[in-house]
Amino acid sequence: MTDLLRFATAGSVDDGKSTLVGRLLFDTKSVLADQIEAVTRASVDKGLATPDLSLLVDGLRAEREQGITIDVAYRYFSTPKRGFVLADTPGHVQYTRNTVTGASTAELAVLLVDARHGVVEQTRRHAAVLALLRVPRLVLAINKIDLVDYDEAVLTAIGKDFAGLAASLGFESVVTIPVSALVGDNVVERSERTPWYDGPTLLGYLESVPVTGPEIDRPFRMPVQYVIRDHATDYRGYAGQVGAGTVAPGDEVVVLPAGIRTSVTSVDTADGPLPAAGAGRSITVRLADDIDIARGDLLAAAGAAPAVTNELDATLCWLADKPLRPGARLLLKHGTRTTPVIVGALGERLDTDAVAWVEGTEQLGINDIARVALRTADPLPVDPYAEIRATGSFLLIDPPSGNTLAAGLVGHPLQVS
Amino acid sequence: MTAPTLDALDALESEAIHIFREVAGEFDRPVILFSGGKDSTVLVHLAVKAFAPAPVPFPLLHVDTGHNFPEVIAFRDELVARLGLRLVVAHVQDWIDDGRLTERPDGTRNPLQTVPLLDTIAEHRFDAVFGGGRRDEERARAKERIISLRDAFGRWDPRSQRPELWNLYNGRHAPGEHVRVFPISNWTELDVWRYIRRERIALPSIYFSHRRAVFRRDGMWLAEGPWGGPRGTEALEERTVRYRTVGDGSCTGAVESTASTVDEIIAEVTASRLTERGATRADDRLSEAAMEDRKREGYF
Repeated sequence: MTDLLRFATAGSVDDGKSTLVGRLLFDTKSVLADQIEAVTRASVDKGLATPDLSLLVDGLRAEREQGITIDVAYRYFSTPKRGFVLADTPGHVQYTRNTVTGASTAELAVLLVDARHGVVEQTRRHAAVLALLRVPRLVLAINKIDLVDYDEAVLTAIGKDFAGLAASLGFESVVTIPVSALVGDNVVERSERTPWYDGPTLLGYLESVPVTGPEIDRPFRMPVQYVIRDHATDYRGYAGQVGAGTVAPGDEVVVLPAGIRTSVTSVDTADGPLPAAGAGRSITVRLADDIDIARGDLLAAAGAAPAVTNELDATLCWLADKPLRPGARLLLKHGTRTTPVIVGALGERLDTDAVAWVEGTEQLGINDIARVALRTADPLPVDPYAEIRATGSFLLIDPPSGNTLAAGLVGHPLQVS
Repeated sequence: MTAPTLDALDALESEAIHIFREVAGEFDRPVILFSGGKDSTVLVHLAVKAFAPAPVPFPLLHVDTGHNFPEVIAFRDELVARLGLRLVVAHVQDWIDDGRLTERPDGTRNPLQTVPLLDTIAEHRFDAVFGGGRRDEERARAKERIISLRDAFGRWDPRSQRPELWNLYNGRHAPGEHVRVFPISNWTELDVWRYIRRERIALPSIYFSHRRAVFRRDGMWLAEGPWGGPRGTEALEERTVRYRTVGDGSCTGAVESTASTVDEIIAEVTASRLTERGATRADDRLSEAAMEDRKREGYF
């Protein structure tokens, strides 16, 4: 059985991230002849001697013209062991927006640094955002080792420097891999020029980490997306994707926010009923009692239900140009429910350069991360984001334009020590 | 009871079903854009699974260039009848006949699909249009959101896309705007074929190896048809071919192949040295940014 790993790459401008991604695609033979021809043609046009692998991944015309990457791009490759979905997040403008987006669905992140420069301001920012989003696993890829003559001492120093930062951000373990995306050292093929390195290649590591996140071991949560009724068969079931934990027939559940208890009679799919379903699986649940349940409700394990509240203590990643001020009236989307929200007091702000929480501000601008108090019109069943992502995450939406303004995390998922 | 872990196809299927249900829950008038090709056939299969045992709560829309393979139209009609779906057809010919569109000198009608598509979306007030686009197909598509806003002119603005976080999709739109929805965004061509094998999904016969009279143009094997061809020195010859995509007959080429089963196609795709668009779609060869330009104008 091949499974699927979703991961993100992050790094500052010129760390060679596009080249690394191009290298992963190229060396896993995920790039086909016509794509290579297109890149070779474009490289010759630009006067380059060898194909520029970064051209494989710069999609939009403005990106090719300006030689930069603007937006998160998704890439796909596979090996006989595993399929990969890669969210490639560019590092400069709107770095929070892009890194938050890429990290929100990632089970692992690869953070790139340039071996000549080591841990820089951008590295600290990206690491802080990855920690805030609680990406379960982190790889530090020290790139361009060919430019420091494959010197082990350089690698050791950067690794040590980063280990201190990672520990203060709460990462339990970081795997450090020396690579050269340009030449190909330790990306897919093991390098003979780093005999002192006995760890895995980047791809070797990506192929071997477990893909299941921590969500499967948490109590059951499932936002109800849609009520499936079939009059011909008198069928009534509640459709959704399991957000956390597992569910099986006989389980006691509670319908929130109403707080009504019932039990599961069947866990259905179009292929027939399942003995149990875990996080990530789309199912239709039938219940023992005839209760009024609609889209927006949450099914949760009766013995470990989340708190239902109108008052949220949360952390926001502000993604919009338009600033946020206390008193703003917005919309909040949590699970399958969208409800009006009033923004209360702004609290501490994350100084991503110093990687520390500092005194609050009057307003939030793009890329700001801050604590905030929110009051919602409808009561919401929420878990701390640090415990359950599915019920601890939300969006803030601008009512007139419909634009997504912020990524919200319930509680304080990032403690800096 | 521990739940079995999801393999790659299970995970992709669950993600697509989640997207179908979100759109059904949040939009008033969704529609599935259906070409009869393998990707849109997989979409219909996923929609059926998302709402079973109830019927799919929205219709299909086919933009018919008039340059179709008869096998594909027969397949479409059989599928719609078998599943009890409603089908809306926009005939490009109607737009040409009343002067809203003009036939191109090269005879290809693929670029002409955009206007009938946008007109039909407006006429039926469709607010969410499902498409079978995948991010692995092409570089501009790699930056496409799963739920992607289109303005009243159907245009895509790649520089002001909404960030898409977790699995919380934001489909809010103003009257006259609509969203395009891509439930199989994260699938690769090989995933699609493996899923077709696993689910035993029926496809139009032209996907499988057959004998056909074809002629050579721009390095592709094109079939004889009302779209103009063969012309000049182009000569018809009988070849053993199959199609990797289904599109307008004027620009969709066949590949020489003896793959006559899904297993053989999977083996062929695995070994293939050309992507499906590069091999067989003249419309994508027009320029480096061909797809980006067409998407900006409202094409799928």
